[in-house]
Amino acid sequence: MENRSRRAYSGWAVALAIVLVYALVPVLWLISLSFKSPATVSDKKFIPTDTTFENYTTLFSGGLDSPLLRPLINSILIALIATIIAVTLAAFTAYAIARLDFPGKTLILAGALAIAMFPPISVVGPLFDMWRALGLYDTYPGLIIPYLTFALPLAIYTLVAFFREIPWELEQAAQVDGATPWQAFRKVILPLATPGVFTAAILVFIFAWNDFLFAITLTSSDRARTVPAALAFFTGESQFTAPTGNIAAAAVLVTIPIIIFVLIFQRRIVAGLTAGAVKG
Amino acid sequence: MADIKLHDITKRYADGTEAVKHMNLDIKDGEFMILVGPSGCGKSTALRMIAGLEDISEGELLIGDKVVNNLSPRDRDIAMVFQNYALYPHMTVRENMGFALKLAKVDQGEIDKKVEGAAKILDLSEHLDRKPSNLSGGQRQRVAMGRAIVRDPQAFLMDEPLSNLDAKLRVQTRTEVARLQKDLSTTMVYVTHDQTEAMTLGDRVAVMRAGVLQQVDTPRMLYNDPINIFVAGFIGSPAMNFFSATISGAKLKLPFAELAVPEGVSHTGEVIVGVRPEDFEDAALAPPNHPGGVEFEAPVEVLESLGSEIYAYFSFEGGAVSSDQLADLARDAGVAETPSGGGGGRAVARLNPESEISEGSRARLWIDGAKAHLFDPHDGSSLKSSRQEQRAGAQAAAAAVEAESEKDPPARAAAGADGGSTAPE
Repeated sequence: MENRSRRAYSGWAVALAIVLVYALVPVLWLISLSFKSPATVSDKKFIPTDTTFENYTTLFSGGLDSPLLRPLINSILIALIATIIAVTLAAFTAYAIARLDFPGKTLILAGALAIAMFPPISVVGPLFDMWRALGLYDTYPGLIIPYLTFALPLAIYTLVAFFREIPWELEQAAQVDGATPWQAFRKVILPLATPGVFTAAILVFIFAWNDFLFAITLTSSDRARTVPAALAFFTGESQFTAPTGNIAAAAVLVTIPIIIFVLIFQRRIVAGLTAGAVKG
Repeated sequence: MADIKLHDITKRYADGTEAVKHMNLDIKDGEFMILVGPSGCGKSTALRMIAGLEDISEGELLIGDKVVNNLSPRDRDIAMVFQNYALYPHMTVRENMGFALKLAKVDQGEIDKKVEGAAKILDLSEHLDRKPSNLSGGQRQRVAMGRAIVRDPQAFLMDEPLSNLDAKLRVQTRTEVARLQKDLSTTMVYVTHDQTEAMTLGDRVAVMRAGVLQQVDTPRMLYNDPINIFVAGFIGSPAMNFFSATISGAKLKLPFAELAVPEGVSHTGEVIVGVRPEDFEDAALAPPNHPGGVEFEAPVEVLESLGSEIYAYFSFEGGAVSSDQLADLARDAGVAETPSGGGGGRAVARLNPESEISEGSRARLWIDGAKAHLFDPHDGSSLKSSRQEQRAGAQAAAAAVEAESEKDPPARAAAGADGGSTAPE
């Protein structure tokens, strides 16, 4: 018995190690590249021989005209705005879907799912033309709107699941206690759904943050270009040097916010806030 | 504080099923009213209609002389305790109890005072800053009660508040609830499926079956003078025994004995006789010269000695009763609690603990014939002549209203009040 569990344990350890190596080696390699000078970039050594921060400093040299600063600000703002709008709208929608019986309910859910399944590549062409005609090309809303169409279904689905978990009686208790439907939602349901709201927010944020397709197609300058798109436009020190080190440094920088995000909120996501609501 | 009036209340769902049918009930100010019945009888639906959590399909609901049909729960000034308590898990006990007052914009000092007062009554003072998840079942139940008390509402509504507690705690809390209601003298409507709770707690008890109010009476009246076979079988534990019998002349022929027809019954032919277990006795210990007392012999199959009393299960030949009202009871309670409704030909007698009857033998038993209840074999209604007259009167009134068409709802409601329920005598 104990033997078997030990064997199972070591089996898991090996599997875990393989996954970790598979997932982390490219990231470590990226970090290593970001500390190499242009001359040693292709020396195939894991530990940089002449550690340099130049790749990072050049990214920000020149203030707002620097290669990375504007795109980074764009990325953060666009992802945040898209997240806030998507989660707010999704919270209302999901609440209605979870609680109310209205005609067209399944249609909304099916529609949301269908849109989430839609390949983005098929809409960028028409969007490009439309946005040029409407003056949305190369603006924040020009990116936020397409992000919302794909992020909303994701957020709605996540939140519906969370709202369904919250016992009906809590809301009825609030009503009997004198709460308006809005008060019941804000003071009782929403606090209990926070783990769900955060989960949805993180998913949407990551989706918007990582997007490359819309960002490269619907922008033409640093006005709205986000980091993933900006990376493609990096130039080397001279015409003949590849900007490998710079790209690596920028890539490291864009992964950091995501990691911080997940680390901060993972406990909220995991915490079962509804414990003790009802008998059990 | 206020009285609650239900006038001809009906709950009909979209698919046409009626959970509550033409219910009429007057709950007086400060009264402790129990709604009791087997599961699915519509008692919870009725309570939820009073609370405003369910729409009322038909009829009028008045709280304190104000029609509240279309008021939302928050405007009805009632407090409710839910079966699963529905405490807000993200709030401390203090916040849970003060939530309603906070919504009503009572100032914080006043809220604290009231919450602490209620906590003291309920013995929760030390737990005020804990979250519900850290409380025991009994404490959670008390918090739920506290949440209702602090508001000082017009009425308390309780939806099986004790059903999630274990047996011992339930008895203890039951007493608490009774004491609390006496102290506060606030109108209380209490839903339960447990007839013991109903009998011990209520000023009056409303028994429901399949959405229809059967009888509203004091616990004593329900016990001694049930309006029909359903109420008779539902109230009392162990349940009443039923036998089919015939009346010929002044004789009432039971399968195992022959009794004198009890007073106030004018009926001949087939009847159903109901006898409570305690109206049997060991013949050796029976009171001598008791009018209506008759001895008989029956094989005792099982004896259950509880110390304070002995339950003897005896069998008899023929005369088992089948009725849909009893079937309802048996379905709800499990066949064991309605002995004669099940396999047929078995009854339970409650005997004096000093009885020396032994299991598996033929024993001489005694029955108090004067206390036998007689019911109509067709519709299960009581055959006591006072009851019969009442029924005839109500039926006539109802028929008159039907004939007059439905243009005049108050008259209809008034007539319904006589037909559906029974005013206390």
